[in-house]
Amino acid sequence: MTALLEVEDLHVWFELPHRGELHAVQGVSFSLDPGERMGLVGESGCGKTTSILALMGLLPPNASVQGRVRIDGVDIMAGGEESIRPHRWREVAMVFQGAMNALNPVQRVGTQIIEPMELHGFASGDAAVRRTGELLELVGIPAAAADRYPHEFSGGMRQRAAIAMALACEPKILLADEPTTALDVMVQAQILELLKSLSAELGLALVLVTHDLPVVAQVCQRAAVMYAGRIAEAGPIDVLFHEPRHPYTRLLFAATPDLYGDQQVVSIPGAPPRLDQEMVGCPFRDRCDVVMDVCATVDPALVDVGVDAGPSHLAACHRNDVVSSV
Amino acid sequence: MKITAEPGVVPDLDRPRGRGGLLWDTIRRQKAASVGAAIIFTFLILAVFAPLLAPSGPRTQVGPVYGPLSAQHWLGLDDGGIDMVSLLFYGARISMIVGAAAALVATVIGGLIGITAGYVGGRVDGFLMRVTDYFLVIPDLVLMIVIAAIWGPALTHIILVIGLLLWTSTARIVRAQVMSVRERVYVKRARSLGCSHLRIVFRHVLPQIAPLLIANVVLTVAVAIFDETALAFLGLSDPTAISWGTIIEHGFLRQAVSYGAWWAIVPPGICVALLIMGCYLFGQAIEDALNPRLKVAHLSIKGFKVRPADGGKP
Amino acid sequence: MNEPPLLQVRDLVTTFPLRRGFTGAILRQPREAVHAVDGVSLSVAKGEMVALVGESGCGKTTTAQTIMRQVDATSGSVVFEGRDITALDAGEMRPLRRRMQMIYQDPYESLDPRFRVRDAVIEPLVVHGLAGSKKERETKLIDAMSRAGLTPPELYLDRYPHELSGGQRQRVAIAASLVLEPNLLVADEPVSMLDVSVRAGVLTLLDGLRSRGDMGILMITHDLSTAAHFADRIIVMYLGRIVEEGPARQVVRNPQHPYTRALLSVVPRRDPREQVTPQILVGETPNPVNIPSGCRFQPRCPVAEDRCRTIDPALADAGPDHRAACVLVGEGATR
Repeated sequence: MTALLEVEDLHVWFELPHRGELHAVQGVSFSLDPGERMGLVGESGCGKTTSILALMGLLPPNASVQGRVRIDGVDIMAGGEESIRPHRWREVAMVFQGAMNALNPVQRVGTQIIEPMELHGFASGDAAVRRTGELLELVGIPAAAADRYPHEFSGGMRQRAAIAMALACEPKILLADEPTTALDVMVQAQILELLKSLSAELGLALVLVTHDLPVVAQVCQRAAVMYAGRIAEAGPIDVLFHEPRHPYTRLLFAATPDLYGDQQVVSIPGAPPRLDQEMVGCPFRDRCDVVMDVCATVDPALVDVGVDAGPSHLAACHRNDVVSSV
Repeated sequence: MKITAEPGVVPDLDRPRGRGGLLWDTIRRQKAASVGAAIIFTFLILAVFAPLLAPSGPRTQVGPVYGPLSAQHWLGLDDGGIDMVSLLFYGARISMIVGAAAALVATVIGGLIGITAGYVGGRVDGFLMRVTDYFLVIPDLVLMIVIAAIWGPALTHIILVIGLLLWTSTARIVRAQVMSVRERVYVKRARSLGCSHLRIVFRHVLPQIAPLLIANVVLTVAVAIFDETALAFLGLSDPTAISWGTIIEHGFLRQAVSYGAWWAIVPPGICVALLIMGCYLFGQAIEDALNPRLKVAHLSIKGFKVRPADGGKP
Repeated sequence: MNEPPLLQVRDLVTTFPLRRGFTGAILRQPREAVHAVDGVSLSVAKGEMVALVGESGCGKTTTAQTIMRQVDATSGSVVFEGRDITALDAGEMRPLRRRMQMIYQDPYESLDPRFRVRDAVIEPLVVHGLAGSKKERETKLIDAMSRAGLTPPELYLDRYPHELSGGQRQRVAIAASLVLEPNLLVADEPVSMLDVSVRAGVLTLLDGLRSRGDMGILMITHDLSTAAHFADRIIVMYLGRIVEEGPARQVVRNPQHPYTRALLSVVPRRDPREQVTPQILVGETPNPVNIPSGCRFQPRCPVAEDRCRTIDPALADAGPDHRAACVLVGEGATR
C-alpha cells in the first residue's frame, strides 16, 4: 500500500558563485499517509525549509535536486519544475514562513484566495467566490471578510487567510513552514488547533516545519529531527521524547525549557558543520557529549532502532543500541 | 584551548566589508566600473603630467592658424597656431579641477543638509526639504548663466556657482539613508548608552553612508564638468584659464567652422563626453553595488536542475 | 532587605496620543490615545530576575522603554537606586545610564556592522569617559568578554559582527553592557531570535550575572516556559496593566487570574504525554486604544460575571507575595 507522499533520498545542492556548492539536503527520506501529521524539526540551516521547497518545486535556478518524490505513487520530481507544476497547489500546497506578512496589501483577501483557484483551473467565477466563502468559514473567518483588505485583519486572521489560500484547490498535502513563529501563544494555540482539525476533518496530510519541539509535541504524531541536512532521528513523537536514540534529539529536548520541569536547561556547545565542505564521519561529532572514536571516521547510517513491530523509529547514531532518556 | 562559548566562529563567506574592500571589489568584478575607473585614471594622468606628456606648451605657437592634422600635430593647430593635443592635456586640468572642486562644494553642502534633515527630523527636516525642493525646481544652467554673468568671470565664482546648485540630489539621497540608519537597533543602543548625537553621527551614521556619498560625488563630478564646459563655452568663465570649454569657445569665436577646422572644436567635446561617461560608469556601478540585492530568483525563467539517480552531475 | 530595591516603579502611565487627522480636527473628535502602559507598579531588587510576560500589545516593551527613559512617562514614577529618574533631562540621565543597560532582541541588528568586537565593547567606556590608559581599557575589555562567556577573548576581539553567530553576537552585546558594570539589566526578549540549542547558554549567563554580582535583571519575554525556568518572579501584563504577579513557581503552578490560567494552558509542553486541554480564548487581544470598561479582560474571560463589566479590580493578595487583579481573588474562590 503506497503512502500518499513518499520522499526517497532527497538531495539538494546550491551552486555558490566562485565557491563550489552547498549540500543543503543530504539524503532525506520520509513518507506520509492521509490525515497524518509529521513534524520536521531542526534549527536554522539544517535544511528543513529547503526540503519542503523542493517538494513544491520552488527552488532557485542555482539549485540541483536528486531523489524521488512520489505523490500517490507518481514520481513528480523526475522532470524537474515541469513535472511538479501540475501537482502544485492541487495536490500539495504550502503555507510559507511569514505568509501573514506576504499578503498583497492592495488586493482584497477574497481576491487573493480566488487567484490560485483560477490559476490552477480549479474553479472560477461564482463557483470560486462561493468556495472562497466556504474556505474562510473553514479556517474560522466570517465569509463576509473576503471583501476586506489584509491590513484590516489581525495577525492571527491573516495567518488563517494564508491557510485558506493554501487549501484553495483541495490539496491532499499541506506543508507549513513555521506557521506560528511570529504569533502570540494564544493565537498560536488557535492556529495549531485549526491545523489539527483540518487534518482530521479533511484527511489532510500535514508536514509542520518548525524549530519548536513542544509545538510538534502538541500537534504531530510523528517527527523527523534534522541536523546538517540529514535526518538524525525519526519516529513517533512520544518515543522521541521518552526514548531518544540520537544525542542531538536528546540534547534538543534538554535545551527546551518546560513550564513545570525542574531539570536544568542545557545548551549545546559549538555550531553546525559547514555544508559547503564534504564531511567525514558523523556531522554531530564535534558537539556530541557521548562521542566515540568511530564517529570521526564512519558516517552513521539511518537505521531502524525500533524495539517492537510498531511504527518505525529510525536513528543515525553509532550508539543506537544504548537507550537514553531526557 | 578550551572554548566555552560556541566555538566554530563562522568564517566570512561574503565579500569583504569595509570601504576599501567594497570599492576595490566592485572595480574588480564589474566591467563598467573598471572601464569607468580606467577612463578617469587616464585623464588624471594626462592632466597631472601634462608638462611632461604634452608635445609642446599650451601657449606656444608652432605653426599657422588652424594648421591641419599632420604627423607632428595629430590633432592639428588652433586659432593661435598652438598644438591641439597639448591644449587638450592642459585643458584637462582646469576642467577636472573645477569639476572636482564644484562637486566637493556640492557634496559638503548636500551632505550637511541631508544629515541634519535625516537625523533631526521633524520641523527641521520639513523646512530643509522645502528649501531643497525650491533649489531643485530652478533650472540649473539658466541660473548659473545669470549669476556668472552678474558676478563676473573667475574660476572661483564658477566653482561656487556650480556647487551651490548641485547639492540637491546629494541632500535627498543622504537624508533617506540617514533616516534609515537612525532607526537601526545599534543606533538606538548607542543612544541608550548615553552617546551624544554628535558622536552617533560621526561614528555610526557617517561610516554607513560614506560609500553612497562616494558614489554620489563621482556622479556629481560628471555633472559639474558638463556645467563648467557649458559656462566656459558661453564665455562666462575665466578667459585666461584653458579648459575644454574655453577651447571650444575660442574655436567658435574665431570662425573655426568657416575655416573647416573641425579639429579645433570636436576633440575637446569628445574629451568632455568621455570623461563624463567614465565618471558615470564608475559612480553608477558603485551605487548599484550598494543597493540591497532583491531576491529575484523566483522570477527567473530557468528552473532548478535535476540530477540523475546515478549520482553524476548533469 | 532594608535598603530600597534597585528599581521601583509606581503607577506608571505611558500614553501615546494618536493624530486626529484633518477631518477629525475639524469635527472636533476627541483625541484618541494608545494606553500602552496604564498604571503599572513593580520592583526589581539586586540579585533578582523578574520576568515581565504578556502577549503583544500588553505594554511590556513600552514599560521597559519608559524605565530606560527612551520614552517619556505620562505620569507615575520610576525610582532607580533610590532616585526618581522620571523627569530627569538628558544631561542628568547620562551618568545614570551607566548603571542601567538594555539588551535588545535582535542580535543581528544590535551591533554596528563596521565596528569590530573590540571597538563595540570599548565604546561604552569611551562615551562615559572611563577609558583610562590602554592597559586599563584592555583589562576591562577582557574582563567583560570573559563574563559574557566569550573565551578565549582573543578569538573574538578582532572579528566583525557578520563573522559571528547569533548567540555570539548577543554575547558581544551583553559584554558591551557589562563593561560599564551596570546594576540593572533590562533584557528585551534576549533569546527569542536565537537557535534553541544556544538559548540556554545565554539565559544561564544572565542568571549567573544576577546571582553572582549585585545585578538585578528585568527580562521581557512572551515565552512563559523561559520565564518559569529562569526568573524569580513573574509579572503578567494584559492591556497595559498587571493582572498577576508573584514568585515564578507560584504563578505557574497556582495561577489566580483567569488570563494567566488560560495562557498557561495553551503553552505547548515538551512531553507529548503531558498535553493538557488548552483553554483557548476567543478572539484576540483588543486594541489598547479602546479599553473595555470595568475589568479589561472581561470580554474574553471564561468565568466573567455581570459585576465584571463595572468593577475594575485592583491587585489583591492571593498568597505570600502573590497578587492577582480579579474579583474572584481574595474571596477564597481558588479553583
